[in-house]
Amino acid sequence: MSASVLVAGVGVMSSIGNNVAESLDALESGKAGMGDMHYLDSLLNGKLPVAEVKFSNQQLATISGLSSSVSRTAQLSMIAAREALNDASIKNFDQLRTGFISANTVAGMDKTENFFSEFLSDPSKGKLRDVVHHECGSASELVADELAIRNYVTTISTACSSSANSIFFGARLIKHNMLDVVIAGGTDALTKFTLNGFNTLMILDQNFCKPFDEHRQGLNLGEGAGYVVLVSERVAASLEKNPYCRLSGYCNANDAYHQTASSPNGTGSFMAMKGALDKSELSVNDISYINLHGTGTQNNDISEGTAIKDLFGPSYPKMSSTKSFTGHTLGASGGIEAVFSVLAIKHGIIYPNLRLTDPMKELPFVPETKFLKNQNIEHVLSNSFGFGGNCSSLIFSKI
Amino acid sequence: MDKKVYIRSIASISPQKTFGDMMSTDELLEYAGDKFTCVEPDYSKIFDPKLIRRMSRIIKMGAATAIECLHKSGVKMPDAILTGTAYGCLEDTSVFLTKLIENREDMLTPTAFIQSTHNTVGAQIALILKCHNYNNTFVHRGFSFESALLDAMLLLNENENTNVLAGAVDEITNNSHRILSRFGLYKHHASNRDLLLSNSKGTMAGEGASFFSLTNQSSPENIAQLVAMATFYKPLDIEETEKNIVYFLEDMSTDMNDIDLVILGKNGDQKGDKVYDHLSHSIFKNRETIGYKHLCGEYPTATAFAVWLASTILQNKMVPGFVGVEKNGSPIKKILIYNHYERIHHSLFLLSA
Repeated sequence: MSASVLVAGVGVMSSIGNNVAESLDALESGKAGMGDMHYLDSLLNGKLPVAEVKFSNQQLATISGLSSSVSRTAQLSMIAAREALNDASIKNFDQLRTGFISANTVAGMDKTENFFSEFLSDPSKGKLRDVVHHECGSASELVADELAIRNYVTTISTACSSSANSIFFGARLIKHNMLDVVIAGGTDALTKFTLNGFNTLMILDQNFCKPFDEHRQGLNLGEGAGYVVLVSERVAASLEKNPYCRLSGYCNANDAYHQTASSPNGTGSFMAMKGALDKSELSVNDISYINLHGTGTQNNDISEGTAIKDLFGPSYPKMSSTKSFTGHTLGASGGIEAVFSVLAIKHGIIYPNLRLTDPMKELPFVPETKFLKNQNIEHVLSNSFGFGGNCSSLIFSKI
Repeated sequence: MDKKVYIRSIASISPQKTFGDMMSTDELLEYAGDKFTCVEPDYSKIFDPKLIRRMSRIIKMGAATAIECLHKSGVKMPDAILTGTAYGCLEDTSVFLTKLIENREDMLTPTAFIQSTHNTVGAQIALILKCHNYNNTFVHRGFSFESALLDAMLLLNENENTNVLAGAVDEITNNSHRILSRFGLYKHHASNRDLLLSNSKGTMAGEGASFFSLTNQSSPENIAQLVAMATFYKPLDIEETEKNIVYFLEDMSTDMNDIDLVILGKNGDQKGDKVYDHLSHSIFKNRETIGYKHLCGEYPTATAFAVWLASTILQNKMVPGFVGVEKNGSPIKKILIYNHYERIHHSLFLLSA
C-alpha cells in the first residue's frame, strides 16, 4: 500500500474561469460568475441568476475535441480533466495503471431535455443521439477514452457531495495498490431539470447568493468541472515537478435525517469533518482554512455552521464559501473546491466569502471576507454535503 | 487485499419468485415479448404504510431488498451502504421532466425531483436504519454494481469495518423501455424459455434489485466466500478477454479444473453471445456452464442477480430448478461468473463455498 496519496495536477473550469490561471485571477479580484442566462435556454431567465461557463456548446466542443452532439457535462469534464492531466505532466503515463473516477448528477440531461419534448408528443420522435449519452457513466467514458485511460473507469453520484466522494475513492484505489494514477473529481452542466427542481424546493436566491450571511436567501446554481490528479508515492518520486500536497484525510458520513434537508445540528457534517480529522491524525487546531460547503441556503449554513461550532469552538480557522463565486455546481462542486483547496496550500492564499455583510447571529465565527496572501496554509478542510444526507469532508496537507 | 470477504446473507427482487415468503425457485416464470417485470412483494410487511405512499417503485424494490438482506444476516447497523444503479430513479426523472415540459417550467412540485436523485435508494436505506455510516452510490453503466462491490471489498480490507451492505437496483419504465427499444436492443416476440438459444439480434429487457450483506469475519453461518472480482473495460478482442479470464484465475491461484460451474451472461443476442460461445469451446471447454439472463433479462446491473444466483447455488448445494439444467455429479464448491454488458463492460466474479 502507498502510505500517502499526492496531488500532482489540477484542472478546473467554472463560471469564473476556464482554467486554473483564470480562476485564480477571478478569486483574487473578487469577480463572481453569476448573471443572466446566455447559454441555458430556460423560461426562468431573468428571474434567477445562474453561474454559467462562458462558452456555447459549439465553442466547448472546439476546445474539448468532443463532438458538439455530446452533453455539456462531458465537454466541461473533458476540458478540466485534460488540464489536470497536462498539469501533472506524467511522462510514462501509458505504462502506469491509470483510473478515471468522475462524478456528476445530471449527466446528459441537457440533451435529454431536447429529446424529451419531441418524444412526449410522439414516442417515435426525438433524436436518439440526444439520449445515447443520458447515463451518468457515459460522460465519464467519453473523457476516459479521449485520455486513453483503460484500467479503471467509474462514476459516483451522491448529489452535491459526488465529486468529494470520487476523489477519496480514487485515493483508496491508490492506497490499495490497485492503481498508480487517478484523475478524480466531477462535472455538472446547468440544465432546466436541476434549475426547476431546485426552484420547486424554494432554495434559489433571486439575487447573487450570500453564504453565511444572516439574510441569506438561498443558493445560485452553477456549472463546471474540477479534477485532481492523484498519484502514489512511487509515481510522485518519478515526476519532475513537486506535487502540490497530500490528500491526508477523508470521510463520508450520513446525516440520516431527511431526504433533502440537513439536521439542525449538522450531525452528518460533524461526523464527516471529525472522521476526516481522525483519518489524517490531525486536531482541529491544525486546520488553517476550511473551504465551506456554504451554499447560502438557510438550512445548510446553520447546519454546517453549528457542526463547525461544535467541533472547532472556541477557536476557529479561517474559512469561506467559494460558492459565492462559482454558484453551487452540484456534482462538480467537490472537485472544483478540491482544486481551490490545493491552490490555497500551493500559493498561501485564502479566498473571500463574497457579499457577506451581516454575519449569522447564531454563530460565534465570521468567514473571511477579504482575499489574503502570504498565508502559511498547512492543512485545508473541504466540505461537500448533499441530498440524501450525504456528507463528505476532505483534508489536503502541505508536504 | 489480505482479508477474506464473505457473503453473510442475500436478498433479491427479480422477475422470478426470489423474495421472502413467496420464494420459489423450482419453476421458471415465463415471459413473452421483449421484457421482464419484477415480482414484487407486499411491501406493507416491510415498510411503514406512510412511507410506502411516498416511495417510487425503484426505491421500494431497492430498500426492501436491502432491509430483507440485513434482516437475514442479523446485522442491525452496517458499517457502510453501497448502491449501484446504472439508470437511477428513472420513473421520478421522467415524471419531473414531463411536467417541466408540459407546464413550461411553471407550477412544478418537488417530490419527483427530490426522488430522482441517483443516491435516493442508498439514502432511503440509511434513513430507515438511521445509519450514519459511509454511504456511496455508483452510477457507471455496466460497472455500477461492480464498483459498489469493489468499494465494499476495499472497506472490508480497511481497519474499521466488519459488515457492509452492497447491492444494485435498476428499473424498467414505460419511457425508458420505449427509448431503449428504439436503439434496437430487444427482440420483438421473444420468450425467456428459449431466449439463450435464440441466436438472433437483440435480447429481452430486464430489471431487478439484489443486495448482499458482506463481512470479513469467518463464520459457519456465511453462505459463501467472495474470493475475487475484476472488471475490464473495452477489451480489444475475444483473445484479450480470454487472457484476462486466465490471468484472473492465475492471480487467485485457481486452476480452471477447480471451477465446478461457470455462470455466463449470455442474453440471446447473436453479436454479444459470440464471446460466450467462443469461450465455451476454448477455456471453458469441459466446464459445466449455465446462463442466467433467461431468469432476469438484460440490464446493466444484472450481474448482481448473477451473484445472487451463485450464492444461492453454493448455499443450497444445487442449481435451482428454474435455471433449467440438470446438474448431477460432484458438489458445486467453486463458481466463476463472466459477464459483459454491450461488449464494453466485462466483469468476473469468483465465489467459493
